[in-house]
Amino acid sequence: MKLLEKLKTNQEKKKALAKHYISKEQIKKTAKENSRIIKELEKQNNRKNVPEEEYLTEMKNPNNVVEFDDLHAYFFTDAGVVKAVDGVSFDIPKKSIVGVVGESGCGKSVTSLALMKLLQSPTGQIFSGEIRYNAKNGKAYNISKVPKIDMNKIRGKEMSMIFQEPMTSLNPVFRIGDQLDEILFLHFPEITQEEAKQKSISMLNTVGIAMPESVYSRYPHELSGGMRQRVMIAMALSCDPNLIIADEPTTALDVTIQAQILDLLRNIKNDINGSIMLITHDLGVIAEMADYVVVMYAGRIIEKGTAREIYKNPIHPYTIGLQKSIPALNLNDETLYTIPGTVPNPINLPNFCYFRDRCEKRFGKCNGEYPKLLQVSPTHHVACYLAEEIAAEFAKTKKDGGEKNAKK
Amino acid sequence: MRLGLIIVNMIKYIIKRLALSVLILFGVSIIIYGLVRIKPGLDFVQAKYYAQMQLDETGQVAQMVERQREIYGLTSPIFKGYLKWAGNIVKGQWGDSFIFSVSTGEVELLVDAEGNPVLDAEGNQLTKPISSSNVLDIIASKSTISFIIALIATILQFGIAIPLGITSATKQYGVVDYSVTVLAMMGISLPSFFFGALLLRIFSIQLGWFPYAGLSNPNSNLPILIDNIHHLVLPITVLVILSIGGLMRYTRTNMLEVLNADYIRTARAKGLSEHKVIYKHAFRNTLIPLVTILAGILPGLFGGAMITETIFSIDGIGKAAYKAVTMGDIPFVMAYNLFLSVLTVIGTLMSDLMYAVVDPRVKLVGGK
Repeated sequence: MKLLEKLKTNQEKKKALAKHYISKEQIKKTAKENSRIIKELEKQNNRKNVPEEEYLTEMKNPNNVVEFDDLHAYFFTDAGVVKAVDGVSFDIPKKSIVGVVGESGCGKSVTSLALMKLLQSPTGQIFSGEIRYNAKNGKAYNISKVPKIDMNKIRGKEMSMIFQEPMTSLNPVFRIGDQLDEILFLHFPEITQEEAKQKSISMLNTVGIAMPESVYSRYPHELSGGMRQRVMIAMALSCDPNLIIADEPTTALDVTIQAQILDLLRNIKNDINGSIMLITHDLGVIAEMADYVVVMYAGRIIEKGTAREIYKNPIHPYTIGLQKSIPALNLNDETLYTIPGTVPNPINLPNFCYFRDRCEKRFGKCNGEYPKLLQVSPTHHVACYLAEEIAAEFAKTKKDGGEKNAKK
Repeated sequence: MRLGLIIVNMIKYIIKRLALSVLILFGVSIIIYGLVRIKPGLDFVQAKYYAQMQLDETGQVAQMVERQREIYGLTSPIFKGYLKWAGNIVKGQWGDSFIFSVSTGEVELLVDAEGNPVLDAEGNQLTKPISSSNVLDIIASKSTISFIIALIATILQFGIAIPLGITSATKQYGVVDYSVTVLAMMGISLPSFFFGALLLRIFSIQLGWFPYAGLSNPNSNLPILIDNIHHLVLPITVLVILSIGGLMRYTRTNMLEVLNADYIRTARAKGLSEHKVIYKHAFRNTLIPLVTILAGILPGLFGGAMITETIFSIDGIGKAAYKAVTMGDIPFVMAYNLFLSVLTVIGTLMSDLMYAVVDPRVKLVGGK
């Protein structure tokens, strides 16, 4: 009798455990399904001699460098599909700095890597959506459809990237000069050895490296972190790109160097004729640098607008929380504010607002479906039920304004 | 100026390492000699003449055995015996083999009992080739063929394993990767005596495509070089297939690690083609750990492949070592082991020097 009971409780325990673990059959099933989708997407990506017309498109607004339109970037893992970027739309206007903020794991870096088509293949793939890119030659490309081979002409020349980890982002076995020259030889095949060297040294000079000739012939391990990040920036600049993506360029550096690197980025923006997409989790940096701000949370945009709007008039509780987490010198708070909880598991996202369980201002409506992105000013959008009133008001004034204009 | 400094540093480093090597070899020699001496029962000289001693009634054999034991330092205590043996080693007298002898290329004039030269029918003086049993001579003469075999096998091994490893890393979890990995695992798991015998059975005995022993066939009408190659196909196949697996998996693992590195992403972000990313940026970095394998190759190159050479009856140093072990030719075994340890030490030094060549982060520091 006792034995039977024991057996029963054991079985119940097992069942309860099974809820938290994925069974072997399930893994096999997802793996099979994934490999089918990956194969299809990779086939598209690996095509050769694709006519340019196939991935040419038209910008919605010719004043933008990049337009993300409902971008979905997924990672197909055996445990399930990780929706790292799930329907993101925003624009990067010409000659501007767009800041993308959010906690770790919010899809900021994945968005930028999708733009460069550098997602870790084969698991990482752009699943759907468009990334329209306004090239130097006046053509507009749909990046999500550009095959791998043709992407090499855009990468480095049209848009370049500065990575988070300067310590490991330079190849340890090649000299700084070789690594700088390489990108020039690649995109300007007619350049001579001497010209490339001159250009690289002048690039090193631009990014504020003292004794560029000596640094040119050194190996990466002989430089400090700040110097290496400057070299990375020089490398990103050397082909005069339209867009520089800076993926947390200062996170791995100490505070004094951080300020120097940010100053450098700002100066560069004035020098070159391009835009910067600045990814960071520091709203303070954004406030200082950016013209436009995009706040991401769990793969979606929860608030976007001009830097002024986001900084002076944040609406989404997450943005407010992020702002409160910046250390302030003039306040006497004992401890720094933190947003409770963590980003939800990106494999099984709930069908209500992803931030609900961490939100201090949640109310009845929050149990409903994921809130839509509402417009609260010509440039300011928020995905939160709290913004409904303001949005309705704005819609009304817009309508009124529209009618007035129509009457005139 | 800078290059001069590097060279000075390198020479200093090599001298320091060579000094250290002497210490290492000293330790190795103690172990080799100690192991031979602490063997219980008869020592190797007694063992060699054991049968004769049993039949000997005059005591002459026993006297000779005692004399030989004295020569080998077996009569003195282990410590004194070691010093004597080590002294001989330093002087270049590595001892005489019991079972091998090689022709030195020199000749000796034959003389009869009275000391008069022996003449043949045409009046020419008869000569006799001088043979030597000195183990160093034997090692020198037998390691040539082993070296040639090992060199060819190593070149093939690297030439096949590294590209295979790279391909299977870049196509990770693809069909190519799985099939290469499975084949490599099979290669690792097969024992050479089994695989060699299998190849002999199929290709020599059943199909008759290749000869099954030796290096050349006197009855063959092929040119000597082609004949040699024909004889070497099977043994080299065994050596290559068995060693490819390990190297290929090592390359694959390193390549996978390097491909995930941040600087590879940087290289891609520059717009480099996938081919350049892999064969320029990733390959140089994959080479760094592969260089350590060089240390293990040098002793293998000269040391011979004991089992493979025995199976295919190739008269190299590997087969000689096998024969020496089974027939109790202790002077040869000791010399062979010492020879291998010298090679190992040199191999390690070479791979450390190679490290500095392929990895700019490694600096050779001579003095303090």
